[in-house]
Amino acid sequence: MVASLRSSRREATMLRIGTEAVAVSDLLITRARPYGEDAVDILVRDGVVAEIGPDLRAPDGVEVLDAAGAVLLPGFVDLHTHLREPGGEESETVESGSRAAARGGYTAVFAMPNTDPVADTAVVVEHVRRRGEEVGLVDVHPVGAVTVGLEGAKMAELGTMARSRAQVRMFSDDGRCVHDPVIMRRALEYASALDVVIAQHAEDHRLTVGAQAHEGVVASRLGLAGWPATAEETIVGRDCALAREAGAKLHVCHVSSARTIEVLRAAKAQGVRVSAEVTPHHLLLTDAALTSYDPVNKVNPPLRTGEDTKAMRAALAEGVIDVVGTDHAPHAAQYKDTEWAAARPGMLGLETALSVVVHTMVEPGLLDWRGVARVLAERPAGIAGLADQGRPIAVGEPATFALVDPEAVWTVRGTALASKASNTPFEGMRLPATVVATVLRGRVTARSGSVAEGKAQV
Amino acid sequence: MKHLLSVTDLDAPAATGLLDTADRLKQALLGREVRKLPTLRGRTVITMFYENSTRTRVSFEAAGKWMSADTINVSASGSSVAKGESLRDTALTLSAMGADCVVVRHPASGAAHRLAGWIDQDRETTGTSTAIVNAGDGTHEHPTQTLLDAATLRDRLGGIAGRRIGIVGDVLHSRVARSNVFLLATLGAEVVLVAPPTLLPTGVEQWPCRVSPDLDAELPDLDAVMMLRVQAERMHGAFFPSAREYSIGYGLSEDRARRLPGHAVVLHPGPMVRGMEIAPAVADGSRSAVLAQVSNGVHVRMAVLYHLLAGAPE
Repeated sequence: MVASLRSSRREATMLRIGTEAVAVSDLLITRARPYGEDAVDILVRDGVVAEIGPDLRAPDGVEVLDAAGAVLLPGFVDLHTHLREPGGEESETVESGSRAAARGGYTAVFAMPNTDPVADTAVVVEHVRRRGEEVGLVDVHPVGAVTVGLEGAKMAELGTMARSRAQVRMFSDDGRCVHDPVIMRRALEYASALDVVIAQHAEDHRLTVGAQAHEGVVASRLGLAGWPATAEETIVGRDCALAREAGAKLHVCHVSSARTIEVLRAAKAQGVRVSAEVTPHHLLLTDAALTSYDPVNKVNPPLRTGEDTKAMRAALAEGVIDVVGTDHAPHAAQYKDTEWAAARPGMLGLETALSVVVHTMVEPGLLDWRGVARVLAERPAGIAGLADQGRPIAVGEPATFALVDPEAVWTVRGTALASKASNTPFEGMRLPATVVATVLRGRVTARSGSVAEGKAQV
Repeated sequence: MKHLLSVTDLDAPAATGLLDTADRLKQALLGREVRKLPTLRGRTVITMFYENSTRTRVSFEAAGKWMSADTINVSASGSSVAKGESLRDTALTLSAMGADCVVVRHPASGAAHRLAGWIDQDRETTGTSTAIVNAGDGTHEHPTQTLLDAATLRDRLGGIAGRRIGIVGDVLHSRVARSNVFLLATLGAEVVLVAPPTLLPTGVEQWPCRVSPDLDAELPDLDAVMMLRVQAERMHGAFFPSAREYSIGYGLSEDRARRLPGHAVVLHPGPMVRGMEIAPAVADGSRSAVLAQVSNGVHVRMAVLYHLLAGAPE
């Protein structure tokens, strides 16, 4: 199945929304199946769904995108991406990361602040936001640091970052844990007045000194120092209690252990405003992959056991884990082509997320397409408070979509991905489902693997 | 045999074959006025040590030289590694210089496997072939150590199958313990690990051995006991309250040595911390095979080089 365009390219129009110029476009999508249900045509005017029905006619000059039966979902929202800019441009940039996102069906990404310099001031977050707008392929929402320099000692200027042009809605020290309970408590209290989310990388660093892999049978045999699951669940338990006291919104990044799920279930039952994310790799991969010592499998938190991946899938289906977040972590070759201990942890994720979700959740019947929309778009947008993403597919809503061919199968090749880096743990795997096209407010940002240049259509 | 990276690369016949070759080489050298065999003349063996070592490096160098190989020692501190050269570049450089064998010791577990992978990849483009010998990678394995331990046990006990071998001490951080458990099990021995719970790895119940916290209870049934050094440089946290308490609970004192059966042998991979895990009198006593281990080490390493470079039958 190939999505085709029937007329030639056209520049998107610029629409003033508030003080910002946002690119919007007209488009007719034919034969799309919203949430995998019956096929319809969708007419988009100025980036908004104007009409949904059978056999719509394209007004003069409006491009036609024939979905040919593809599943239509709201564009995906990634709450956890590393774009590496500023400071890590050898591994990825806002531009290359945006290209990867568009190809993966993403229309919004939240860029983590562990850059160089760290995104702990309005200056840096505004820079990242502006770079995202210049590239124009995906809405880049910078995540601000919780503490200055990610050092865990002094709260960063959350208010200034929230009020800046970057409109920061989520704060995290990701890569590091906000370790001091006093700092975490104050950050949660302060955040509650700003109505922003504190996203925690849950790892008690004192329990993971020198850790290289999940503390278990495989690491013991391979001589790799262990990262015990208790280092994650104890921080999550503590933070849920602190969030309850503060009445604040807590988000738990990359849950990796089955025991953490139990902590989350209990906290949610008590009414704690906690949300949680799981990465695609923690849905599929286990520490059995480590025996080759190839650091492409090295990640933080580490790959754990089959029991853990099984628990992740069940929890995602049930909603105890709210969303899939990629933790897209590009690393240039020199950071991975080493002995295990010297390699940097992290895996690519933007371009393989959908396929892994289909493979681990849709194919076994744990999620239907409405469920996929929930975990990849609706809930992430809800958690971050994004008004224009993860919306229902309906007249009057933004035309921001991902079109998916569920029957396709493809072989993952790191060097063929749009990211600058190639560190995918799914190298050589055959995975189901491809993103046929990505649409951002009526503009086609990616189509059959090709990405739009500049502000033009593709 | 292309590389020697892990004892799990060796089945019982392969391991026994290496021990038999070591014996033959030992015999061949006996009574010779000039301690040299011409077998590896014209071959280049490079030892690449990223960690301090006396006994293993000297042992490999002697092994190579006694087989007439050209041996060259490289230690990380004096080399380009100090300038930031990657492990991969160092290995490929040595291979490009024509090393037939690189013996590597490295603080990262899996380093030897990664090296072998890069060398094998390179082999496809350049056609050169370099054998990698793992002389100790992090806390993972030390295959030649365990082979020389097996050779020593075979000599002193007459065999390995069916014998009960105790390994005592910091198993968690010990590559020697890991290699020994798996090789001795392959050769049919019953292995028991004795250590405080803090020094046992997660999942050790799944290893082919027993585990016991009580050294005194195990000693009367052992044919051999191997004492491990408590490796201060590898530890990040408090695994036991004090050296004294450790020694009282897990040290091989003279009293404890008397509880061993008459024929039992005491082994130690070295270096020993006298007074901590082993009493000086026991280290020097009649049961101690420590010096035999060292001597066997050279012959075992000669055998390994022979099998890798002279294409000995599997």
